[in-house]
Amino acid sequence: MSSATNSSPDPGQGNEGKHHLAHYFDTRAQQYDSHKLAMWLFLATEILMFGGLFCAYAIYRATHPEVFLYAHTLLDKNLGAINTIVLLFSSFTMAWGVRAAMLGQRKLLMGLLAVTILCGFGFMGIKSIEYTHKWKHGLLWGERFDYAALQDHGGGHGETVVDEHAHAADDQIDAHADDDHGHADVDDEAAAVMAELDRDAEITVAHGHAPEDVPRNLHIFFGIYFVMTGLHGIHVLAGMGMLTWLLVRATRGDFGTHNYTAVDLGGLYWHLVDLIWIFLFPLLYLIH
Amino acid sequence: MEKPGQILEPESTGTVHDEPGGGNLHPHAVPLWMLAAVFAVLIGLTILTVAVTYVDLGRMNIGVALIIATIKGVLVAEIFMHLRWDRPFHRIALISAVCFVALFIGIAMLDSLSYLPDVIPGHAPAVDQ
Repeated sequence: MSSATNSSPDPGQGNEGKHHLAHYFDTRAQQYDSHKLAMWLFLATEILMFGGLFCAYAIYRATHPEVFLYAHTLLDKNLGAINTIVLLFSSFTMAWGVRAAMLGQRKLLMGLLAVTILCGFGFMGIKSIEYTHKWKHGLLWGERFDYAALQDHGGGHGETVVDEHAHAADDQIDAHADDDHGHADVDDEAAAVMAELDRDAEITVAHGHAPEDVPRNLHIFFGIYFVMTGLHGIHVLAGMGMLTWLLVRATRGDFGTHNYTAVDLGGLYWHLVDLIWIFLFPLLYLIH
Repeated sequence: MEKPGQILEPESTGTVHDEPGGGNLHPHAVPLWMLAAVFAVLIGLTILTVAVTYVDLGRMNIGVALIIATIKGVLVAEIFMHLRWDRPFHRIALISAVCFVALFIGIAMLDSLSYLPDVIPGHAPAVDQ
């Protein structure tokens, strides 16, 4: 193909199949650059979305470190590490796949995409083992958290937890009342705090008592855990769908040295999913 | 017009920056040895970050874990995601997103930690009207 600027698609590039040049682009390079820029802007918004969850994590960990210290022992560090390695390996095969697409190595690209998809299945498979285990043991979010099940882990009996907790609430309310805020709504506020505590206590009563050495509100850790790993898992599933689509197109012979944009952009997405897991793994599984 | 984003030779080592774009793409394929090396380093750092949790560094444990994660992230972004050879704007997009997240978390934490004295032990931060 000549290097002259074409305003129409250039057919007949051997086995590379179709590679369109949209009418609003002057050159294929410009089209590629625009697509890649758009992908990076999308990835930036993905980071911002996960940023909100990392913020929730950071605040709750800063104010309640004991919850994280205890709760992370309920996660399986080995499964998390294996999943990290699976995902890193899939990132490697994906990056290799982008290279194969650029060099026009169709068979290699198909194989690498297939391996990457299999790694996605492996990751989700291990994830489902972890989720199933937590489901069975009541290590869930909010009101679904089963404190009674923690007897196995912590030992001891937790009858007194609610009482202690009510005392703490009274102290807190006293402190509020004693405070010289001069606010007219101190009573309302205290009532609100009390109501909240009662509600939490009801959760505990309804779902069993935690052993004494178990910190309260573990369910909030598992809320954070499930939302963060769940959103990440949804991204892995979406990435697997996208990789399957790329595999179909690669099999069809759509990609070549002049048409690899889709593989390149799909690779960027897959790497971002890996990037987020790189931070999730130590933050959730490796708390010290 | 300069096209800093692409490299001429598909088999180039990745250090040659390219010129004119014409209508063609000039793919820059990252050398396989480099991809393999990055993968090996990523695995090594993963093992390291797991190993560090068995050493008590006090408050530094999370710092070390985050530093290792950041090194891994930079490797993935620069090599696997090709930023090292890309247009600088892509890196700017990534770094600014990370900076805004840091700003968001930083200010949110400044705020919530200032209410720390109000936190009832074992409870979510109390909301001060």
